Amino acid sequence: MKIIVCIKQVPNTTEIKIDPVTNTLKRDGVPSIINPDDKTAIEAALQMKELHGAQVTVITMGPPQAEKALREALAMGADEAFLLTDRAFGGSDTLATSTIVAAAIRKLGADVVFCGRQAIDGDTAQVGPQIAEHLGIPQITYAAAISYNEETGALTVKRQFEDRYQMLEVKGQCLITFLSTMAKPRYMNMWDIVDQDEKEVGKITFADLDVDKENIGLTGSPTKVKSTATKQFDKTIETLELNAEEAAKTILAALQQRHLI
Amino acid sequence: MSKNIWVFCEQRDGELQPVALELLGAARELAAKTGEKVGALLLGSGVTEKAKELIAYGADEVYLVDDEALTHYTTEAYAQAVYQIVKAYEPSSMLFGATSIGRDLAPRLSARLRTGLTADCTKLENDEEGNLFMTRPAFGGNLFATIICPGSRPQMSTVRPGVMQKLERDDSRTGEIIPVNVLWDAGKFAVKVIEEVKETQNVEKIEDAKLLVSCGRGVKNLEPAFTLAKGLGGTVSSSRALVDAGLMEQARQVGQTGKTVRPQAYLAFGISGAIQHLAGMEESEFIVAVNTDKGAPIFKVANLGIVADAGAVMKELNKLLEKE
Repeated sequence: MKIIVCIKQVPNTTEIKIDPVTNTLKRDGVPSIINPDDKTAIEAALQMKELHGAQVTVITMGPPQAEKALREALAMGADEAFLLTDRAFGGSDTLATSTIVAAAIRKLGADVVFCGRQAIDGDTAQVGPQIAEHLGIPQITYAAAISYNEETGALTVKRQFEDRYQMLEVKGQCLITFLSTMAKPRYMNMWDIVDQDEKEVGKITFADLDVDKENIGLTGSPTKVKSTATKQFDKTIETLELNAEEAAKTILAALQQRHLI
Repeated sequence: MSKNIWVFCEQRDGELQPVALELLGAARELAAKTGEKVGALLLGSGVTEKAKELIAYGADEVYLVDDEALTHYTTEAYAQAVYQIVKAYEPSSMLFGATSIGRDLAPRLSARLRTGLTADCTKLENDEEGNLFMTRPAFGGNLFATIICPGSRPQMSTVRPGVMQKLERDDSRTGEIIPVNVLWDAGKFAVKVIEEVKETQNVEKIEDAKLLVSCGRGVKNLEPAFTLAKGLGGTVSSSRALVDAGLMEQARQVGQTGKTVRPQAYLAFGISGAIQHLAGMEESEFIVAVNTDKGAPIFKVANLGIVADAGAVMKELNKLLEKE
């Protein structure tokens, strides 16, 4: 089985703060990490490899420094890694991104494609399903568990909804997006850390892919960012310093006055 | 030229989902500016009788596919059905609930239609020409981006549940129900549903509560919170910190990665108010914050802010309520 895992390098958004003076994002010094759901996708692929034998290829699209994320994936135990990088890819929205990634998967060849459910910087959860559509293969999103039957060649996937789950079965090529609750990603292995140093991270550029320039980058992105803003909070109220008893009385009185209790 | 604003009206087991009605409300408001019609897409098996309800909540037209192939939600069957109707009637805009179904179906369709999709919007506006301005949080709620889709139609968006307002049900409203036959390409139904299991939720729904007693890291003992919620006729919700620590169920989590709530009263105990949390509760009508840290951001959104120990205040509140 050949598995391609699609990952994204993201800023650790839990550490992003707003500069109270300039009201802009403070991104300096915010570490870049492998997106958490994607790390679970790597783990799922590595487990598949251990249980059933598989070749695990990890790919990402991004600037040259995204190689660090691929090196970490290799150190976790992935067999090979490719960085999709080109100026022509810049400014891509989810549709254009998925067009590029799908072309790379077509070139590399895969039996199954694993992705994380969504990235913590964009939170769109769109690129996975869009890749699947471009490749013309079925998708299963929100995967909470997975197993493979070697005899029948069928994957069984637990697909999570808010209020229920489905057990789904699929044979043949497919794309699965994983919830980070599916499995705890392993740490980098010392031998793999040493090994990955000797591995080449392959580069895939626009010239390597069978894609139309019209369909990628800014030109190929149907959505555009019109404006961005940081959050403004305008409610300024007096904060009272009270002892617990006075505080409790004040809260009850306020709720009663507004007929909320 | 394409026109009209459509809503994918999600149903589960024949029950319309609240977000479907919320989006009809939002679509009505957008349509008021352009004079477009509001179309509702209703897909499922044995769902025909629900079509009228969609009209009562604001739809002018209901495109109905009642077919056994749609008994369980599967990506491909739903995508084929919506794709064929969209191709036949060419709407200008399409709204989906940002649920685990909407966020599976909408991206698949956007790639099939080769059009733009904006995820998890919290605000929708438009101009007279019907161009949508779709605002969504990014970077964990630190940044808000307004997205447009100028060159392709339909312009598509998934919208976060709990953000838009549904209209009052009006059974005197009239509209047209348009049954559609879909030509299935069953050879593409590669994913088989072996079973579907409903998970009974023991947790009260925080999104339906009128009053929330919400706890954060500053609450060391959770029992008084449940006593207080009971005494005030409310429900207990939580910040992410307590969910991550395994002290609260995920279903109670408020915020960017949890639920968006807008109760009449939101009592935040020991919650510092990270921007991700504020994103999920700032629309609450009356916000009380109790925190020992005077500089906590939660005080910026509170109507009543008290610098005090959350646990001690809850204890006093319970004492007062017991006396009454």
